[in-house]
Amino acid sequence: MTPVQRFAAIVAAEDKIEPADWMPEGYRKTLIRQIAQHAHSEVIGMQPEGNWIARAPTLHRKAILMAKVQDEAGHGLYLYSAAETLGVKRDELQELLHQGKHKYSSIFNYPTLSWADIGAIGWLVDGAAITNQVMLTRCSYGPYARGMVRICKEESFHQRQGYEILLRLCAGSSEQKAMAQDSLDRWWWPSLMMFGPHDTDSTHSEQSMEWKIKRVSNDELRQQFVDMTVPQADYLGLVIPDPELRWNEERGHYDFGEIDWDEFWRVVKGDGPMNRDRIAHKVRAWDEGAWVREAALAHAAKKAARSAA
Amino acid sequence: MTYEVPVAPGESAEIEESTQLTSEEWPMWEVFVRARRGISHVHIGSLHAPDSEAALQNARDVYTRRNEGASLWVVRSSEIHAFDPVDIAEYVAANEKVYRQATSYEIPDEVGHM
Repeated sequence: MTPVQRFAAIVAAEDKIEPADWMPEGYRKTLIRQIAQHAHSEVIGMQPEGNWIARAPTLHRKAILMAKVQDEAGHGLYLYSAAETLGVKRDELQELLHQGKHKYSSIFNYPTLSWADIGAIGWLVDGAAITNQVMLTRCSYGPYARGMVRICKEESFHQRQGYEILLRLCAGSSEQKAMAQDSLDRWWWPSLMMFGPHDTDSTHSEQSMEWKIKRVSNDELRQQFVDMTVPQADYLGLVIPDPELRWNEERGHYDFGEIDWDEFWRVVKGDGPMNRDRIAHKVRAWDEGAWVREAALAHAAKKAARSAA
Repeated sequence: MTYEVPVAPGESAEIEESTQLTSEEWPMWEVFVRARRGISHVHIGSLHAPDSEAALQNARDVYTRRNEGASLWVVRSSEIHAFDPVDIAEYVAANEKVYRQATSYEIPDEVGHM
């Protein structure tokens, strides 16, 4: 059996490809590209939420938010580790992010203006992430799929705590409910954009499906998310900002309006409300931590020398 | 959502993997967790740390945040040695001997469970 045949047989049998296996160069590159962007998203995703740690309304909410942000850092680590099994260095991937040569999910280029946004992020952004990540637990690359299993377990807490924040606000004063509605108004469309371009405009999708890196198309996942989320918005008594949204009895799904694709591409290309701030903050944190990384290495070397003597 | 990277019109889909970075990275460690007493340690992931002490602390913070571990091991990734997956698969296939399996022996029902 040639390496190509062996690879194809493993993928066809729904087995996993592992790091030491031969794999097509395109498969490896596609995975690095995707896993790196996924890892960068987890890490940059700490910023919009970190923005509210000092201003969380109670000590309990502050503790929850810190735990959640810590989870995001952990998710970044699982994912960078998965990328490293493909022969890239984590520091290199971060450097590429800092230089603007790698992307992260555009959703994190929107600002968190109110406390309700922390609720909306958990409910909608993490909800959308779960929809995608559940699919990725069945990805053909073992380390990526295993990382997803761990991440999905933790995301469930993220989504539930977010929805609970909105439940409380919606049961509160009229100002609190208005804050929740305003948040949904601003996060709904960017959340739908998270699923990426229409299937017809999606550059890599077909090959990724064939390799079983991706198992469900962008539009199908987006529909799944809408169907799941509309009843949850109804329960909160909030109105989804889409006049075309209605149940389609025949399809058994919700119909919904068209995404503003100009906005989508604008933010992808770097012109969202927060793109520059996010990277500037990330680079600053990395640079300011340089002395810690170097000192830790120097300390380790010194200790090793002492114990060898 | 998708983590596929959208390629904007006019952009290249090629990805850069290296920046010729010269700074030294912390070494990599593999992490093994015993979820509870009575079972083996299982590989759970990896991380970077300057030494074994920091590796253990980081492993505890990253991999056992939800009461997942009764014990933790860390091993330098460079100390892990493995067969080539093709070689081991061929070895296993060539050594398949059905007479090693309990199910290849017929014992009359009257004898009872064996």
